[in-house]
Amino acid sequence: MEKEKDHIIPYRTFLYVLALLITLTLTSVAVTQIYLGTLTVVIALVIAAVKSSFVLRIFMHLKFENKIISIAVIAVVLVLAAVIFITFLDYLYR
Amino acid sequence: MNTQTGIVEPSFLEYKGKYRGIFSWILSTDHKRIALLYLFSILSFFVVGATLGLLMKFELIAPGKTIMTPETYNAFFTLHGIVMIFAVVIPGLPAVFGNFLLPIMIGAKDVAFPRLNLLSWYLYVTGVSLVLISQFAGQGPPDTGWTFYAPYSFRTAGNMLPAVFGAFVLGFSSILTGLNFLVTMHRMRAPGMTWLKMPLFPWTLYATGWVQLLATPIIGITLLMIVAERTLHIGFFDPTLGGDPLLYQHLFWTYSHPAVYIMILPAMGAISEIITTFAHKTIFGYKFMVVSALAIAFVGYFVWGHHMFTSGMSGTALYTFSLLTFLVAIPSAIKVFNWISTMHHGSLDLQTPFFWAAAFIFVFMVGGFSGLILGSLAANVHLHNTHFVVAHFHFIVFGGTGFAFFGAMHYWYPKITGRMYDTRWANIGLVLFFIGFITLYGPMFYLGFKGMPRRYYDYDEVFHAGNIISTMGSWVLYSGLGVIIINLFASLKGGIKAPADPWGGKTLEWTVPSPPPVENFEEIPVITKGPYDYQ
Amino acid sequence: MSTTPELHRDDQASKIGMWFFLFTEMLLFGGLFIVYSIYRFGNAEAFHQAAQELSIPIGTINTIILLISSTTIAMSVTAIQKKDKRLALILLCTTFVLGLAFLVNKYFEWGDHIKEHIYPGSSVLALRGQGDVLFYGLYFFMTGLHALHIIIGLVFIAVVTRMIYKDKLNSESFALHENSGLYWHLVDLIWIFLFPLFYLIT
Repeated sequence: MEKEKDHIIPYRTFLYVLALLITLTLTSVAVTQIYLGTLTVVIALVIAAVKSSFVLRIFMHLKFENKIISIAVIAVVLVLAAVIFITFLDYLYR
Repeated sequence: MNTQTGIVEPSFLEYKGKYRGIFSWILSTDHKRIALLYLFSILSFFVVGATLGLLMKFELIAPGKTIMTPETYNAFFTLHGIVMIFAVVIPGLPAVFGNFLLPIMIGAKDVAFPRLNLLSWYLYVTGVSLVLISQFAGQGPPDTGWTFYAPYSFRTAGNMLPAVFGAFVLGFSSILTGLNFLVTMHRMRAPGMTWLKMPLFPWTLYATGWVQLLATPIIGITLLMIVAERTLHIGFFDPTLGGDPLLYQHLFWTYSHPAVYIMILPAMGAISEIITTFAHKTIFGYKFMVVSALAIAFVGYFVWGHHMFTSGMSGTALYTFSLLTFLVAIPSAIKVFNWISTMHHGSLDLQTPFFWAAAFIFVFMVGGFSGLILGSLAANVHLHNTHFVVAHFHFIVFGGTGFAFFGAMHYWYPKITGRMYDTRWANIGLVLFFIGFITLYGPMFYLGFKGMPRRYYDYDEVFHAGNIISTMGSWVLYSGLGVIIINLFASLKGGIKAPADPWGGKTLEWTVPSPPPVENFEEIPVITKGPYDYQ
Repeated sequence: MSTTPELHRDDQASKIGMWFFLFTEMLLFGGLFIVYSIYRFGNAEAFHQAAQELSIPIGTINTIILLISSTTIAMSVTAIQKKDKRLALILLCTTFVLGLAFLVNKYFEWGDHIKEHIYPGSSVLALRGQGDVLFYGLYFFMTGLHALHIIIGLVFIAVVTRMIYKDKLNSESFALHENSGLYWHLVDLIWIFLFPLFYLIT
């Protein structure tokens, strides 16, 4: 079995991403202290999604893997979102 | 025989490895031995489940008490469901035929993770053991039905925890099998076997693997929530604490509907293999068969609410689920059309596996059409929780997966055992089984339509005649089952030796000896043609 | 059955297998996110109030602890690839300690609630109303399940650390290390969503 070419991520990259993640975390804490109604949840989740994408793409190496794995990750998230959406069709309209 | 050394490779059955005796089986990581371990367990539990069914039908031969108390009847239909669904039909074709055939059909020596494969079987045995323990320990067996509906499932005194936890462990076994098969197909197809040269049984196992992977965790977490309700009173489904019992149903069916596609997709794949071989003709519409399998898996994920039409869901949910339910029938219909078109102008070889496949198409269609009736909102109000539903799912699950399982058993019997079964007794068994099947489940459509409820120990005198016929059908079915199984066992010793390719099949398993050697192939084949290269 | 394991080793297959397993974990927690979203929708005010009782500073510190631990384990894979065994071991041990720190924080957080008789099934909680019961039920169940996964991750890390120490894993063969990293990152990902949903939606 031939070895795939290993891509090595420099230490520095991880530290930059960490700094970004911490910044985003502190930002989400600050923003959610302001009362913005339903927008608060939306912003918090959007920031969480951005943080996740960095963890997925850099820490979990997806940026450098076969695109098919990234597509699968997105597909799984979409399936879960669809299930939540359809369940809400019941609860929203009772 | 190894053409280079002239040595005859021992078959996987004769192979002497590191362990001896029973340990050479229960410690083996050979996918073929693991398949047979599963076959032994699954057949045993099938007999348990079938016997429970037989006794339930006997109770129902007359109104009022016949042989058991109402509490026993509740425990019986609960265990019958748990065993048949989680221990027989869901593992069924993938664990037995998927394990045995998948690597060979794609030109591999084993699955991607052989030790994980063995772990899957250990988890299976553990799970079923826990379920059986629930029958005898504690305050009495579970009586909730296999669906464990809240709030009763956390209020009943019955012994829920081992049963629920057993189902959880069985789910984990299913996940690992699916994961193993998916990686196997991604990484271990023989050189030259592109995705679109892969046979249809592996393709259905692929679609099934995604369902096992993505749906099973949902029931896993839901069962854990039931455990939390029973032990911690967490309140998720308890109306007195703010929970919604309907949310349990949503979560339960979000898995359990895709679960029926775990049951039927590999069955459809096996039927495709059988029909092409005995029609001596390539499958009609190969690409449509692939896409329809994936479509069934995908759309099947979003129809779960059709089990809940009368539960109190919103109108929006009702018509969304009904529409999606009608949509998911379309790819199944495409498959039926393609099977029949394959037979058309084919050179039909009328053998036992083909008879099973033909019978499958018939009962699957009856089950499918009754599913469309149930998917219609107005009809469902009348038919929900009646015997019409019982008839529907037995036709489509027992008729579908069950018939395909027996078809596959006879089709691949020569490959697995190296022997031919006795054809006459196999066909007699099939005929008995089929007559019994129709007699047992056919009347249930009528009884349900007339209003006879399901999971009821007793019934009104007006339903008596139909029940007598149905129960007599169960006796004929059970005896047919006996003939079939005894024949398969007896032929292990008495059957004539089978060649590598007794049927004229074109897929890779027919190019290796019967039974196959441990590593399947002397040399991994290089694939240049499609899977069903008939001229 | 196979007599030459090296020839049959397929690291890409192991990686794909771990990713598929991570999908099952995403759906496992996904089921709880379904429950959370439905009950938050139905009890918005009560969830809003109850969330204010959680300590944002501790939650933030725990979030940062996990983010750093993800960084250190990712860096440890780079270290092993660069044949820097010593650095890899230091980074893995750091990851482990950070994971333990997270659990210690959780222990004290839970302890504070339990001292106030706020836990699933308590009569005090039941008296506070249905929204609170659901919020705290979800809080304990989801963070509890998450903590269980942290423990599993710590076991992975411990095993990998020992194997690297004994030279059973190295720059030529480190699939278990990489895949354990993936598992740990998933645990981090789940917390990235748990944190705002329980602590920040005030």
